Amino acid sequence: MDTNKNTYTVFYTIALVAIVATILAVVSMGLKNRQQTNIKVEKQMNILNCAGLAADAKTVSDRNKYVQDEFDKYIAEAQIVNNEGEIVESFTDKIGDCDAFRVAAADQYDIMRKIDGTQDQAAKEALAKDLKLPVFICNNPDGSKNYILSGYGSGLWGPIWTYIAVKEDGKIAGALFDHSSETPGLGGEIVTGKFRSQFTDKVILENGEIIPITVVKGGNANAKANEINAISGATITSKAVQTMISNWMNYYKPYLQKIVSGAAPEPVAEENPKTE
Amino acid sequence: MAMDKKIFTTPIIKANPITVLVLGICSALAVTVKLEPAIVMGISVTLVTGLSSFLISLIRKTIPNRIRIIVQLVVVAMFVILISEFLKAYVYDVSKQLSVYVGLIITNCIIMGRIEAFGLTEKPLPSLVDGLANGLGYGLILVIVAFFRELIGSGTIFGAQIIPQSWYEAGYMNNGLFIMPPMALILIGCLIWIQRSYQKDDDKK
Repeated sequence: MDTNKNTYTVFYTIALVAIVATILAVVSMGLKNRQQTNIKVEKQMNILNCAGLAADAKTVSDRNKYVQDEFDKYIAEAQIVNNEGEIVESFTDKIGDCDAFRVAAADQYDIMRKIDGTQDQAAKEALAKDLKLPVFICNNPDGSKNYILSGYGSGLWGPIWTYIAVKEDGKIAGALFDHSSETPGLGGEIVTGKFRSQFTDKVILENGEIIPITVVKGGNANAKANEINAISGATITSKAVQTMISNWMNYYKPYLQKIVSGAAPEPVAEENPKTE
Repeated sequence: MAMDKKIFTTPIIKANPITVLVLGICSALAVTVKLEPAIVMGISVTLVTGLSSFLISLIRKTIPNRIRIIVQLVVVAMFVILISEFLKAYVYDVSKQLSVYVGLIITNCIIMGRIEAFGLTEKPLPSLVDGLANGLGYGLILVIVAFFRELIGSGTIFGAQIIPQSWYEAGYMNNGLFIMPPMALILIGCLIWIQRSYQKDDDKK
């Protein structure tokens, strides 16, 4: 057969593409459930790890089951909070599948960027109303509570995100960072325990104000002044962590104020006069 | 099968894709900061080169010559996506570590280079062997480079601390240059240098 004819070439291309597309579609559909479970378990594990729980997840044989069990055991409640510190929705059952769990931090980050991008005060407030801030309340084995907050921002090459567990006194119980494409060995080091452990016991809210956490170059961080050592060679990623935390904590501020002052955050009033 | 043995052994050292053919340098700089991603990358590239060479060789007589590059690209892309999907489903941790580099396997010159040079003209089985061997040759260099970069750059091997703490207290410091991509290039240069000084005969041809 003459393989150089035009008609042959055209049909050959069409057939090839159709076959390859079918194979890829079938495999993608077949593996989708597994992949989504992996993503969900990863998120549950991150939430638990930032509060210092589920530490054995790396070594147990059936990690998915272990993480899901631990998650159901310790995470008592999930909330969607607005930027005035009121609870929009609260979930106490099947937290791994609830709306608060599924809030995409990336979407909230987009809203925050729009808020920063506009000068109009009214527009800023209108945008801020749409913010859905997820909070996970964790009952620690010792009886204390941790409030686990989210964060999301831009690193050097792609997104970075965080879960920060805040104690009832406004100090950080633990923090976890992750990234999608920071340089391994440089910006990628934000996931390591060495970087994360610096955040433990830093004060996030004092006297009703957010205390910024500053990332310092050269390994000279003053632990008492809420300073964190940057990763050498990864200044931009380190700074991105700082920006991300201050960004999100400002929106969480009213909620944190209520937690620290001991006043339980209240649900949004049924009829809100501002929206009428 | 003496012939087949040579197909397998030559690309690993004597005609190594990185140090002799100087292909696939780009990803060799990117994924060699730590050993673990380097090994997974080596395995992934080995599978892709082997399987795509094999498949192209199977259908080599049907491929219209004018669009052969596009056909090769489609086949390679298919295998890369398949590997990426399987990594995400079964070894999620590793797929996260490799992140964008899995997708970049498509652009690895070794794969297209071997298909053009070997898979298009030879029978399927030798093509499979040639592809796998080239992938292994690539992986070998990756592992050697990653070993030195991780050891001297971070003081660890597979993430476990190797340089004892007492050294640091005595003033030893991790060499930051080893974490940067340029050092990978220098290391690869050294490997080429070492290899060339032992393989002088081949250059005279």
